[in-house]
Amino acid sequence: MAEKKDPIQTPLTDEQRRKVLMGMAAAPALMVPGLALAQAGQFPTAKVNTTKLAVTDTEVIVGQLHSATGTMAISETGSIQAEQLAIDQINAMGGILGRKIKVIKEDGASDWPTFAEKSKKLLVNDRVACVFGCWTSASRKAVLPVFEKENGLLYYPTFYEGLEQSKNVIYTGQEATQQIIWGLDWASKEKKAKTYFLVGSDYIWPRTSMKIARKHIESVGKLGSVVGEEYYPLGNTNFNSLINKIKVAKPDCIFAAVVGGSNVAFYKQLKAAGITGVKQFLLTLSVTEDEMLGVGGENFAGFYSSMKYFQSLDNANNKGFVEAFKKAYGPKSVIGDVTQAGYLGPWLWKAAVEKAGSFDVDKVVAASPGIELKTAPEGYVKLHENHHLWSKARIAQGQPDGTFKVVAESPELIEPNPFPKGYQ
Amino acid sequence: MSFDEIYNIALMQGFAGLSLFSVLLLMGLGLAIIFGQMGVINMAHGEFMTIGAYTIYLFSSLTETHAPGLMQLYFPFAILAAFAIAFIFGWLVEWALIRHLYKRPLDTLLATWGLSLGMQQVFRSTFGPKEVSPTLPDWLMGSWSPSEGLDIPINGLFVLVLTLLVTGGVLLALYKSRWGLRVRATVANRPMANATGINTRRTDRLTYAIGCGIAGVAGAAFTTIGSTGPTSGSLYIVDAFLVVTFGGAGSLLGTVASAFGIAQTQSIAEFFLTGSMAKVLTLLLIVTILMIRPQGLVASKIRR
Amino acid sequence: MDAFKNWVARSGMGSVLILALVIMVVFPLTMDIFRLNLVGKYLSYAFVAVGLVMLWGYGGILSLGQGVFFGLGGYMMAMFLKLEASDPITTKIQSTPGIPDFMDWNQLTALPLWWEPFRHLPLALIAVVAVPMILAFIISFAMFKRRVGGVYFAIITQAVALILTVLIVGQQGYTGGVNGITDLRTMLGWDIRDDSAKYILYFANCVLLLAVILLCRWIQMSKLGTLLLAMRDKEDRVRFSGYDVAMFKVFVFVLAAGISAVGGAMFTLQVGFMSPSLVGIVPSIEMVILAAVGGRMSLVGAVYGALLVNAGKTYFSEAAPDLWLFLMAALFIGVVLVFPNGLAGLYESHVKPWLARRKAPKASTQAVEPPAAPLSSPSHKSAPSAPLPGGVQGQSA
Repeated sequence: MAEKKDPIQTPLTDEQRRKVLMGMAAAPALMVPGLALAQAGQFPTAKVNTTKLAVTDTEVIVGQLHSATGTMAISETGSIQAEQLAIDQINAMGGILGRKIKVIKEDGASDWPTFAEKSKKLLVNDRVACVFGCWTSASRKAVLPVFEKENGLLYYPTFYEGLEQSKNVIYTGQEATQQIIWGLDWASKEKKAKTYFLVGSDYIWPRTSMKIARKHIESVGKLGSVVGEEYYPLGNTNFNSLINKIKVAKPDCIFAAVVGGSNVAFYKQLKAAGITGVKQFLLTLSVTEDEMLGVGGENFAGFYSSMKYFQSLDNANNKGFVEAFKKAYGPKSVIGDVTQAGYLGPWLWKAAVEKAGSFDVDKVVAASPGIELKTAPEGYVKLHENHHLWSKARIAQGQPDGTFKVVAESPELIEPNPFPKGYQ
Repeated sequence: MSFDEIYNIALMQGFAGLSLFSVLLLMGLGLAIIFGQMGVINMAHGEFMTIGAYTIYLFSSLTETHAPGLMQLYFPFAILAAFAIAFIFGWLVEWALIRHLYKRPLDTLLATWGLSLGMQQVFRSTFGPKEVSPTLPDWLMGSWSPSEGLDIPINGLFVLVLTLLVTGGVLLALYKSRWGLRVRATVANRPMANATGINTRRTDRLTYAIGCGIAGVAGAAFTTIGSTGPTSGSLYIVDAFLVVTFGGAGSLLGTVASAFGIAQTQSIAEFFLTGSMAKVLTLLLIVTILMIRPQGLVASKIRR
Repeated sequence: MDAFKNWVARSGMGSVLILALVIMVVFPLTMDIFRLNLVGKYLSYAFVAVGLVMLWGYGGILSLGQGVFFGLGGYMMAMFLKLEASDPITTKIQSTPGIPDFMDWNQLTALPLWWEPFRHLPLALIAVVAVPMILAFIISFAMFKRRVGGVYFAIITQAVALILTVLIVGQQGYTGGVNGITDLRTMLGWDIRDDSAKYILYFANCVLLLAVILLCRWIQMSKLGTLLLAMRDKEDRVRFSGYDVAMFKVFVFVLAAGISAVGGAMFTLQVGFMSPSLVGIVPSIEMVILAAVGGRMSLVGAVYGALLVNAGKTYFSEAAPDLWLFLMAALFIGVVLVFPNGLAGLYESHVKPWLARRKAPKASTQAVEPPAAPLSSPSHKSAPSAPLPGGVQGQSA
């Protein structure tokens, strides 16, 4: 598929789409063994693995490092499932370079030292070829030195604050500018928002996001003014005072990045204080379909969320993905932005390994920039030299039944820029 | 800003303080009974609250699938059920665990901490690791606005009323019922209570179970304002302990007073400072006052 | 020779020697550097557990805020290492090169004044121990003078842990926030991430830990240790005998804080970062559990407790990711219900009599049976049913 130069101008034909989907969702199991054998013979282990990774003639071992327990399990479960789904699908298609992917799952237990410990175990003891994992910035920061020291490869799925670029990490989520700037421009243009009230949980991602938002509102984009900026401790469950402050400030737009259990309390109490989607425009960076389960559709109805992916996205790739996901994890399961980004990880890795013809981390990393994925549920994505994805920004409105309706989409892919000039 | 608006904001801010007060009191009440009266450090208090929250979730999904017509009515029954389930579970826990540890109060901390870990995993295996959102009856949602620009949260009102009811009930029971008499006698002097024919073991078990039941009610009520997930309960546990300790263990009135003081301090500080600094300020104030007055706001007259 | 044997038996040096053998010879010989580094991490927690034995087992004071001191010690170390890792060349892409990256992200343009001392290793090392001890002194002096004790003290220390966590997270421009201080590389140009460095740090950790145990042992055997025990069991009598009980409590609290802080610094050096998740309430409670599992009266037991619980955590979470919380829960409940004196108690009640029975026929000269302990306090309030031989021998097993 790499021969196609410009996929935006030349979209896939329906025929091609169907083939891709068949491959991804329900793989042609019959033709697999022969194909796999032939491929493995083509790529002898001694050639594709010169750095003593856990690669044999028939299988390649990768690691998965998320929190299955602790407070972050709420969020990370989706990524665990999506990564597993992608790996199963790749295996059903014959694996990578003729080798089946075997996963070693480790539990980071929502505890950053544990993340560091487990990442080291995966890289040093298990010699995994790559790791899909981490969710919070804190866990990523904890494992980053380990990956750089041991020369591992991490696929990190979460939208995050940027300000980072490592040779050993591929970021499949958006960095802050990709999620914020287009959304704010949209709010200013479509919703005529002039005054903004910024609310976040008190840690690095909301603070950095709000810093970028403030710069964009006040100086770079000249959208209007910031009339309030508030941070609450993680786990805070009482927002009544904050809501009164918002009522005093009367902003055109509440721009929110509240996370975790606080998120649920925030929207329930907003609704109870009479601030609903009918009366007030609210744009958030932190409510996906996953969070919606806890928040409840009736509490978020009418508010807007800025993400790159929504489950209701209308394209053939996504339909196949949603179908496969529901088949694997039950009809009630939902797919959020990060879940989809997690799903991209194994596919991006597969493409890079096949391009490099090797599992060696250095070669895979060298092959990674420019990797394209036309089968991504969010649509076409491309990996930038800075290890982040080009992707679109989308705004969707929460519905009472807990789904999202996409109301706007950036016309072009947005270039990732983890160190934005003018926003520091 | 007009006078009307300032008036409205002041009213709503006052209610925010009241609402936080009722939340703190309700979460502290069960603990005040268990920790204050029995001296058991129940670290699993938060998980008993989670039991209550999941009971509401169970009821709401059962009602939704089997009797959608009753959606407006199920909530009060679910709260009663939350009490019952948490009560029964508390009874079992007391029998299996706590009764062996009365003479070692600090050890109850470790054992119940282990218990809370286990319970969290049970919730995770049963209901899944993600948060759930029980469908609440319409009459519990939204706000009551007696005049333009004044919105009083109905869920806040509901929690307030429930808290007053439960607190009143507990106070009545403690000071007017036979159980209350036995509890107070046991707390004051266990051997003497035994000597007068009070079955202190049974009293203990009942007391613990009632404390857990109230935690269940609190958890159930908090589904209207907060999240429901395997680790939701851990959000409340520290605050609950602070409320009880600050009030002075052994005194329910102290718990009421301390919940009120903490709530007002925090909600006023939150209005004028940032959320994080308000929290630090409140905690520092509590610690300072406790250093000056270690027995808490209202000291109970117990010979130690 | 007999005198030496007697001394070993009496002072409990035998168990310390065995511990030294286990952690300094057996482990390095049988484990690869990855596992050994993990053990090193566990042993850095063991400092806190040893401090808790002094504080809780001997002083009768339960603190649920030991993470504060562990964390402060770790943070002081991390601040020094972070400054060294943030030289102007490696940080040249920042808008202000030469300051830690998280400060740059939070729009700080100069190093805050109170970070300056941490440019110098000796000052940083002094701060590692001194700052937590001073804080401990302030907290405990105010409280013990007012005779705050027991559960109240525990809850107040818990609140202190919460305050410090909220402060660290909230002041992220100065502290690194939730992420903590990460990506630490060298100490005075020596790469602490190398395998050889890990070995050296591991042994340094072992030596420090053994030194701390010996110091505590010495305190236990001195008159001060006697007084601590007496105070724990009958505080009023000690007070009426003319001793200033509060100052003894302050002393043991400050001691435990200092010991924990050393552990924190060793943690930072071996793990390579420090974060508020090691300061808060949960880690503080877990550290109490380490001491409880080891046996709250036994210094050496505390080390084994730290090793066992953490190894259990690592092993269970690798082997049974879905069940490991149940197993941990069972461990905690089991220790409290069945072995209230932890591993050390188990050794005293089961292993030692068995050894004695085996040795009895040989009629050896070894003093297996403990002589009636001079200061024994067999009925510790919090452990009435336990067959814990109080006094010196029992506690050192």
